[in-house]
Amino acid sequence: MGTRPITSTGSHWRQLAAAASIAASAVVAAVAPAAAQNAVRIGFVNTFSGPTAVIGNDARNAFELALDHLGRKMGGLPVEVIYEDDQIKPEVGRQKTEKLIQSDHVNFLTGYIWSNVLLASLKPAVDSQTFLISANAGPSQIAGELCSPWFFAISWQGDQTPQAMGEYLNQKGVKTLFLLGPNYAAGKDMLAGAKATFGGKIVGEEYTKWPDQLDFSAELTKIRAAKPDAVFVFYPGAAGVQFLTQYAQAGLKGQIPLYTAFTIDATTLPLQKDLAIGVPGAQHWVNDLPNDANKKFVADFRAKYHRYPSFYGAEAYDVANLINSAVVAVKGDLTKKDAMRDAMRKADYASVRGPYRYGKNHFPIQSFYLQEAVKDGEGEYTLRTVARIVENDQDRYHAKCSMNW
Amino acid sequence: MLLLIEQGLNGVQLGLLLFLVAAGLTLIFGIMDVVNLAHGSFYMMGAYFAATATAWTGSLLAGLAFGLIATLALGVAIETVALRRLYGRDHLDHVLGTFGLILFFNELVRLVWGPAGLSLTLPAWLSQSVEIMDGINYPAYRLAIVAVSLAVVAFLYVLVMHTRLGMLIRAGASNREMIGALGINITLLFTLVFGLGAALAGLAGLMQAPILTVQIGMGENILILAFVVIVIGGIGSIRGAFIAALFVGLVDTAGRAFLPDLLRLLLSPKAASSAGPALSSMLIYLLMASVLVVRPEGLFPAARK
Amino acid sequence: MKTLANARGVAVVLVAAALVLLPAAVAATGNGFLLVIGTRIVIMAIAAVSLNLILGYGGMVSFGHAAYLGIGGYAVGILAHSGIHSGLVQWPVAILASGVFALLVGMLSLRTRGVYFIMVTLAFAQMAYYVATGLDAFGGDDGLTIYRRSQFGLVDLSNKVVFYYVCLALLAATLILVWRLASSRFGLVVQGSRSNDKRMQALGFPTYRYRLVCFVVAGMLCGLAGALLANHSDFISPATMHWTRSGDLLVMVILGGMRSLFGPVLGAIALLTLEEGLSEITEYWQIILGPLLLAVVLYARGGIDGLLEGLATRRMRARRTAPEPVDALAEARHA
Repeated sequence: MGTRPITSTGSHWRQLAAAASIAASAVVAAVAPAAAQNAVRIGFVNTFSGPTAVIGNDARNAFELALDHLGRKMGGLPVEVIYEDDQIKPEVGRQKTEKLIQSDHVNFLTGYIWSNVLLASLKPAVDSQTFLISANAGPSQIAGELCSPWFFAISWQGDQTPQAMGEYLNQKGVKTLFLLGPNYAAGKDMLAGAKATFGGKIVGEEYTKWPDQLDFSAELTKIRAAKPDAVFVFYPGAAGVQFLTQYAQAGLKGQIPLYTAFTIDATTLPLQKDLAIGVPGAQHWVNDLPNDANKKFVADFRAKYHRYPSFYGAEAYDVANLINSAVVAVKGDLTKKDAMRDAMRKADYASVRGPYRYGKNHFPIQSFYLQEAVKDGEGEYTLRTVARIVENDQDRYHAKCSMNW
Repeated sequence: MLLLIEQGLNGVQLGLLLFLVAAGLTLIFGIMDVVNLAHGSFYMMGAYFAATATAWTGSLLAGLAFGLIATLALGVAIETVALRRLYGRDHLDHVLGTFGLILFFNELVRLVWGPAGLSLTLPAWLSQSVEIMDGINYPAYRLAIVAVSLAVVAFLYVLVMHTRLGMLIRAGASNREMIGALGINITLLFTLVFGLGAALAGLAGLMQAPILTVQIGMGENILILAFVVIVIGGIGSIRGAFIAALFVGLVDTAGRAFLPDLLRLLLSPKAASSAGPALSSMLIYLLMASVLVVRPEGLFPAARK
Repeated sequence: MKTLANARGVAVVLVAAALVLLPAAVAATGNGFLLVIGTRIVIMAIAAVSLNLILGYGGMVSFGHAAYLGIGGYAVGILAHSGIHSGLVQWPVAILASGVFALLVGMLSLRTRGVYFIMVTLAFAQMAYYVATGLDAFGGDDGLTIYRRSQFGLVDLSNKVVFYYVCLALLAATLILVWRLASSRFGLVVQGSRSNDKRMQALGFPTYRYRLVCFVVAGMLCGLAGALLANHSDFISPATMHWTRSGDLLVMVILGGMRSLFGPVLGAIALLTLEEGLSEITEYWQIILGPLLLAVVLYARGGIDGLLEGLATRRMRARRTAPEPVDALAEARHA
């Protein structure tokens, strides 16, 4: 081995400090938080950094509101929630999921906006037999061959919403369509869904780099060159804001009609403003749906947070109530996992979208609505229901799921 | 044809932006012989300063001016406090030390501005399209970026070729020791050069801010591209950085625009869309590797060692 | 070998004991997460030791070492995805593929020096990264979940304790290999080449070949670490090969102390426990880590190992004399 350079006169203090800090960190990491058995521990993996942090915050706010409505107890047990940031990265989400399972000993995992993060995080949950309830992502693989008794979706399967849009486009007589979306699991599902139901000709199908690419100049140029009857896009979060802005900047707004899924919602509307008017979207929940649970949710959310809730919030609100229905059914005995699963399968709680039921792959069978952006009485932008597009819609992957109950 | 022109413009615009970042990097490297990984952080800080100032004052121009000046000041501060201790050391020390600065800046931004990022909205007169040729509508803002970048290029040209400071910069890039031996105030020169480099990177960042969002870590991708540009162009050479930056900008845009279509002849649209950007990114690195094989010092190396 | 009486020796023994006894501590405290972190530390230590082989001993600053983690990992992932689960196939493929890539990179990059070398290694790592993101069939940017770990018949890697000891054994084997290499004639030539390449060539050593072999060996060792990492995470994605990960590896080596055998292990432990421990205290821990790195670069050039050595150096300073090139040269000639 080579000799090493003589260190400059490092003081003993520096050396001791270095050693001590490392030892201290190791000790801190080793001291396990005592897993309180007498509480419902929920791990909430979402995005709290970067441009899509607004989604995570909306979901967290709604979740907290739901817990407030439940008196912060489920089945008599206090509820503890641990929020973790996935930074939109699959491997980070997976690591956080593992930590929640191994170190924090959570009873339920939820959150997961992004399908790729969810796909990477599923195995640890299934291996450890921890319930994972997706509050948003609905990848086709989990609706099909990867379906699991430990997984529930509160939201939808990714193809369903664009499928509804495709139906609507047929009704409107659109003949040629250009598809544009981000190149990750959900983006692919979205465009695949639109293709599945749209009856006309697809004149363009482009995928952009996710989540880095926020500059759509190359793709907008192609749209202009293809001259389709309509364009369908899927761009959640900040990308949705950027896309609408650039669509207008490129002079396409008003020239080629734009249809969307998950691109215009309560988190992006405040930034998109007038750009969103006249751009319809499809959704499984709109904030003016006329059921009691929804009216209470929207009113209390607006009172507490001074904004309209997005569908991400509505989903998180539903998750809390779904979990509650399970815990109540077993009277707080969280070891009775099979009984909790049976309770969740019944979807016996007041969902803000109205009543729905579960398919055998634990994905909802529900209605989809057409929504559009308007200004409310106070000049704020919001969404309103235009029509119901489909009812009792089930995803097209359930046959590949081998679960039966 | 129209498509080609539009994509060409997009490529030039990207190239010019890359040049702004690369110019600073190549100056710092060429004159101070410092590998500054934290250069991307100035890009990010420029955007953050400008977005914040625009939100305070309500005026885009005031915001941009403030962003520029603040980044210049930050560059000078960092040079004085931290970076000058790295002069004369091994490149590995630079790499590690400035890597630490990246971490520091990212966390500082998170602490001060929060994790969510900022946005910079454009005033109406910049948010529209301009018809530059028959049938080609190009966003006004992107034209503005091209115009500003070209103005900076002209400014740099005049600075480097026709002023005393520029002469010192050129001399320093080709032979550092000689400059010191001639009795020039090296410390001041280095600080000025570093500040200039930081300001250029900050300018690039704040110009990009309305198109992309302002977020933590936004400088890292452009940093790598900038390094590729200066290696291809030749370290220490601004002219080399300019040519290489335009080249890289055009290749990257063309790759993103046309490769997926070409690949679609062989693969499915999804696979083509994954492989397309991947291949075009790889193309840039292959370009760099091939240039290094033929001309190991880059296309226009400044230093005659 | 140093006597155990000095601080460095004590640290090494303590750390080794802690690593060996970790599963017992886990069983006692019931904190399964400790074992997860511990396994990750051991695997990254293998990667760091492999980087030290070329960086510390060889003076080759590779900013693309994480590429081998990715290549090894994808070898396991792609084979598992295609139904080939036998570790006896997966791991050799991982090692071999990494070796081939290292050979390619080395052949092109070792002809350059200084920052150009850094850039070329970075460029190749980025190319590997982009290839992985383009592999749509294997998840691309989303990554690939590995549903079954490498199968080795009797040795069940899905048992966390068994897997931990397998990794630990491989770390020990790696350390022994690097130690033997470094003190052999081969290693001395490489070290001599780091300090003065022209002089070594003048002595008649084909230094390019020696350094290339060193580069390839380091790549293969890191590929093995990659295969272990994929098994550990049951997941592989292009993010493993991102250039910032290569930066992390460099940090581990420098922090722990280059040119010492055990330094990179200390560095891996330090960085990863700092990450975990500091992030419990404050979520802004990188604001401490950043300047700390700068401080290490400026004032504690020998890393942790250097600091520990410093405790002994104060007493032994009088005995330190000859600069290394002469030692290495002389020994190489007479080895």
